[in-house]
Amino acid sequence: MIALLLRDLKLAFRAGGGFGLGLAFFLIVTVLVPFSVGPQSSLLATIAPGVLWLGALLACLLSLDRLLALDWEDGSLDLLATAPLPLESVVTIKALAHWITTGLPLVLAAPVLGVLLNLPGPGYFWLVVSLALGTPALSVIGTFGAALTVGLKRGGLLLSLLVLPLYVPTLIFGAEVARRGATGMETATPLLMLAGITAATIALLPFASAAVLRVNLR
Amino acid sequence: MSIAAKANALWEYANPKKFLATTERMLPFFWVASAICLVVGLVWGFFFTPDDYKQGSTVKIIYLHVPSALMAINCWLMMLATSLVWLVRRHHVSALAARAAAPIGIVMTLIALVTGAIWGQPMWGTWWEWDPRLTSFLILFLFYLGYMALWEAIEDPDTAADLTSVLCLVGSVFALLSRYAVNFWNQGLHQGASVMRAAAVTGTDTEEKVSNIFFYPLLMCIVGFILLFIALVFYRTGTEIRARRIKALLARERVNA
Amino acid sequence: MMPDLGKYADTVLSAYAASLLLLVALVAFSIWRGRKVRAEMEKVEQRVSRHG
Repeated sequence: MIALLLRDLKLAFRAGGGFGLGLAFFLIVTVLVPFSVGPQSSLLATIAPGVLWLGALLACLLSLDRLLALDWEDGSLDLLATAPLPLESVVTIKALAHWITTGLPLVLAAPVLGVLLNLPGPGYFWLVVSLALGTPALSVIGTFGAALTVGLKRGGLLLSLLVLPLYVPTLIFGAEVARRGATGMETATPLLMLAGITAATIALLPFASAAVLRVNLR
Repeated sequence: MSIAAKANALWEYANPKKFLATTERMLPFFWVASAICLVVGLVWGFFFTPDDYKQGSTVKIIYLHVPSALMAINCWLMMLATSLVWLVRRHHVSALAARAAAPIGIVMTLIALVTGAIWGQPMWGTWWEWDPRLTSFLILFLFYLGYMALWEAIEDPDTAADLTSVLCLVGSVFALLSRYAVNFWNQGLHQGASVMRAAAVTGTDTEEKVSNIFFYPLLMCIVGFILLFIALVFYRTGTEIRARRIKALLARERVNA
Repeated sequence: MMPDLGKYADTVLSAYAASLLLLVALVAFSIWRGRKVRAEMEKVEQRVSRHG
């Protein structure tokens, strides 16, 4: 398992594929927002938590289609399916690798970009907490979407369409935590819901992803 | 041909045939009955009910809005049930019925959204409000869209049936979750589902008694929409079965040639 | 015959028009596709039975 994780991470870093791309996209979105909505700092402060969450979500979405596609093309996914490791673990590792290469950098970059958007003081902590709790769910849900569309030649658009409604609950609760945190309101309820969604998706969705992947590898 | 493949071919052929024969006989009844119910309900509602004291004549939109919204949700539930049957029993008609139902569901969702928006314009003063119910229906619309797109995208029919069934199951859980999340996110303008309240039917209190006049034509429309849905599902499933048979025949021809 | 719809006439009528249009389009499309597929199936079946 660890070998597989290390291999995925190595590939991601070396090929320069998913790793930089998500982060660059996140940067572009946040830098462009002030140009499009105007430079008033009060307005930017109000929308900052939502914009940062949205940017992170889209950056995640952008890197999903290479999550399984490369392994599918070179046939290593077939090898993994016949390996002694259960497919459920394989997809979990894939999701974890995706999170480390995409989600984690986003979490770390978010406070820096928060400065650009004039995020209020207490917001930083809650932004990082909500992203750290929410992005794993995004990766796991994304893996499910990638597993659904892995056999298709032009699956990118379909993948986004399938994953979009599945991302809604995570986005709502995640952005709510960040927004409430930034305005100094209590954050316990949405935070618990967000944590619950993440825990439940990590626990249950790999089974669906593995089932779907088995169908596609048939 | 192995025994398993033979049994499979038997399933493919015998059972859909029975389905086609049965539905063929029942279809005229459903078409006619739904047409009667819809015409009676809509004409009754449109011409012979008074205006509401608050909403004026816009209350007449209810005869389209409520039944379509009801069917939009029930259609997804039906797809969930047939997807489960497909996953457990591998019953081909079941998977095809789910496929046949999705476009009906998306049209129902669209009708509910459009009538809601048209009604909301004078009543709430806006075409669109990010109200929980409206937002949930928008999300439902996206689910239908993704489900149909996935069916279209995959070549192999059995793979497509498997994948869309799993998507339907996962989607159902997330749809429920979204409903809750959206409620939490914004307490809305939309009134509760008051038409189904017992007081409205029996007319126990004076305020609710008014809606009695609206209730019976509405009931007619709901029954009409349900019958129309059944007729459409039967008809479209028949179409899917035939399309599938064409594919099978062509494939066999290619093998023999 | 036409009931007085008051100031909301446009609203009510456009809602009815849009909904009925969508319903009719759905039914028409279903039947159109059903007929097409049925005809094609009969054609293919005949061809297959001819060839043995």
